[in-house]
Amino acid sequence: MNSETLLEVRGLYKSYSEVKVLNNVSLSVGKGSVTGLIGENGAGKSTLIKCINGVTRPDRGEIIFQGRALKHITIESALRLGIVTIPQEFNLANEMTVRENIFLGHELKRGGVFLDHAAMRKRTRELLERLESRISPDAEVGTLSIAEKQLVEIARAINHTCKLLIMDEPSTVLNPPEVENLFRIMRAMRDEGVSIIYVSHKLNEVKEICDTVTVLRDGEFVCERPVSGLTAKDMANLMVGRELSRIFPPKLELPEEKVPALELRGITLAKLVHDASLKLYRGEILGLAGLGGSGRTELAEAVYGIRRIISGKVLVHSRERRIKSPAQAVAAGIAYLTEDRQSSGVILSFPLAHNCTLISLKKYCRASFISRKKEKEAAEEYIRRFEIKTTSGAVPIRELSGGNQQKGAIAKSLDHEPEIFIFDEPTRGIDIKSRSDIYYFISDLARQGMACLIISSDLEEVIGLCRRVAVMREGTVAGVLENEHVNEKEIMYLATGVK
Amino acid sequence: MSQEQTAVQKKRAWMDILNESKPFLALAALLIVCMVSNEHFRSPQNLINITRQVSYTGIVALGMTFVIIAGGIDLSIGSLLALAGVSGIMLMGKIADPAAAVLAAFAVTLGIGILGGAVNGAIITLGKVPSFIATLGTLSIYRSLSLYMADAGTVSSGNDIFRTLGSAVFLGLPLPAWIFFGLAVVFGVVLRQTSLGRHICATGANPKAAEYAAIRTNVIRFITYAIAGFTAGVSAFLFSTRLNSISSTDAGLSYELDAIAAAIIGGTAMNGGRGSIAGTVAGVFILGIISNALDMWGAPVNLQGLVKGSIIIIAVLIQRQRNS
Repeated sequence: MNSETLLEVRGLYKSYSEVKVLNNVSLSVGKGSVTGLIGENGAGKSTLIKCINGVTRPDRGEIIFQGRALKHITIESALRLGIVTIPQEFNLANEMTVRENIFLGHELKRGGVFLDHAAMRKRTRELLERLESRISPDAEVGTLSIAEKQLVEIARAINHTCKLLIMDEPSTVLNPPEVENLFRIMRAMRDEGVSIIYVSHKLNEVKEICDTVTVLRDGEFVCERPVSGLTAKDMANLMVGRELSRIFPPKLELPEEKVPALELRGITLAKLVHDASLKLYRGEILGLAGLGGSGRTELAEAVYGIRRIISGKVLVHSRERRIKSPAQAVAAGIAYLTEDRQSSGVILSFPLAHNCTLISLKKYCRASFISRKKEKEAAEEYIRRFEIKTTSGAVPIRELSGGNQQKGAIAKSLDHEPEIFIFDEPTRGIDIKSRSDIYYFISDLARQGMACLIISSDLEEVIGLCRRVAVMREGTVAGVLENEHVNEKEIMYLATGVK
Repeated sequence: MSQEQTAVQKKRAWMDILNESKPFLALAALLIVCMVSNEHFRSPQNLINITRQVSYTGIVALGMTFVIIAGGIDLSIGSLLALAGVSGIMLMGKIADPAAAVLAAFAVTLGIGILGGAVNGAIITLGKVPSFIATLGTLSIYRSLSLYMADAGTVSSGNDIFRTLGSAVFLGLPLPAWIFFGLAVVFGVVLRQTSLGRHICATGANPKAAEYAAIRTNVIRFITYAIAGFTAGVSAFLFSTRLNSISSTDAGLSYELDAIAAAIIGGTAMNGGRGSIAGTVAGVFILGIISNALDMWGAPVNLQGLVKGSIIIIAVLIQRQRNS
């Protein structure tokens, strides 16, 4: 083993029920270096991290940290060793102050009993100064911006003795100047000898900040390379294992006849969304891009009757509709695939077949008795059509992989025969094969005349599928891009307002 | 799909069947032990008595099963039973024609039951009050109302038709048992075969996903409380015909606990989404048989609660194993 290696992972395996998530994965992190960890959604990046920081336990394999093999890592023991993780979803208590959050669980005490507020405030100020931040130690975390919350997480990390900092997609929620600041902090930490694992799918950033990069694909180790010899495109091809262009179906032309299926006029909600307008035409795939927190999901939820619209109009097929519940949205021919599959997309304990028919159950009933036979046949049809990997429709959907669950969720919405389909992050956290399958379904649906709206934080996805992209910024539609203007630069410009 | 995976799934299917039959296996084992060990227990008259005794709580447990599967709980059901029963008998005393009086009592007892359940449902769905709190409140309210109406005493009827109903026996089984079994079949079919049943399960399993799937989860939850109230009404009517009277202090006392226990022993998930009527029926009989057998064996009456409580805890422990 190289003396400069801080962390060495060898032959790691991990399965969840019947799905192999990690299959003989290795990773090596040098002291005082930044290691990029890249891979498609579902490649196993998050699971690998969870094995290292003690959130989950690998089925087998070795994890060697500072030359010592670690067995049964727990979250506490990882922290004691100096392995600190900044998760994608921050673990901050919004109602507490910055200082309280930083010392949560490790409060400084006087005489072993009483909290030493002065010392904690002083230490917090020092930490924030090191990060060149002006956040007040006494600010309530809930009032901070996302970038500031991230800084608080970093401050909390360096308050421990931090030897290995794991950052899971830290830049997804940041605008370009904030990303620059993050990189500056990362470089400073690296120069102080901290090792960093940087998980990202933004390859240009990986190219900029990382020293080496490890690529995972479908739970398997692909390669470990120095970044200097690679272009972003090389990395993309390594991640995907085939030419990127083949993942996406050929882009549909904009429909010749523009028949609006859904029109939003000046939609304002109690929170987050104000004066948002857009038009969605029959037979098109319209992208809806924007940063996290820009109000995309909230807008979709308002259309689907989950959030109350304070002012503005929703027109379905040019007729004004007041949709106050999902039931009314479904009646109006609107389908909504939620971004959070497990909590609102499917019922995990239900069999696949029962999930498929959940919205449209009436179709399978005679005098309110369910025809099991018809239901089973419908499920089998979807299993064939969507190539859902399962032995039968009777298997609880919990036991299927994320991609197959998502196909079930799409089948559920499709089964009530909608004319407008809103897909919210349709491929988040699913494997590459299912992802490509879903792109082809969406394309087919649009070709048959369905009006499709794709909400996505994955720019590659939006650019790969859509001829027209609406971009939201701070709760309103900042602009709509068409044809050659649909590119990363112009989308980010509209999303952030910064060139 | 590989053979290995198919084998895994076949094994799982068998495990599921085994898991779902646990309450029935337990019931069968219990029956055999009791029948072999005690000759009084196995007398037909005793078995019929057990069946009659469990019917009153059993009917209430059917409604409770729906409520729990939909993700709620109804603690008020015993108090509601007393209120419905007291109302029915008091009304009966005011009507001269005996047949009309019984019909009116029947209608009012059921009506009060359904109304009380609907009030619970409205507080929980419209008022967004957690079911535990809402029905803890109505537990007190319904009991207090029945105490007030009956002056904390027992109200009796002098109606002969009423009394006849209470002791009616068809084909060897008492009337309450027939109604219990009949309702169990209906409830079982509703739960398994109808869209209402599916929606009740969906609401309990994942209310958010159910709501997004255009299911009116508030309506579904409201319906389960109304149904639970209906079962309280039915049980109240049968219970008061049996004694030809009803005590405002004792009637239905702690029925809610027996009903919840029966559902849990029968495999209904306490946090909703999963359960079966057949399981609840098995749970009802397990509780009834244990209580009867303890009497037969001469176990101290005051220790019966200890046994019952232990069984509930063991049932939940077995359920937990299954979920992990």
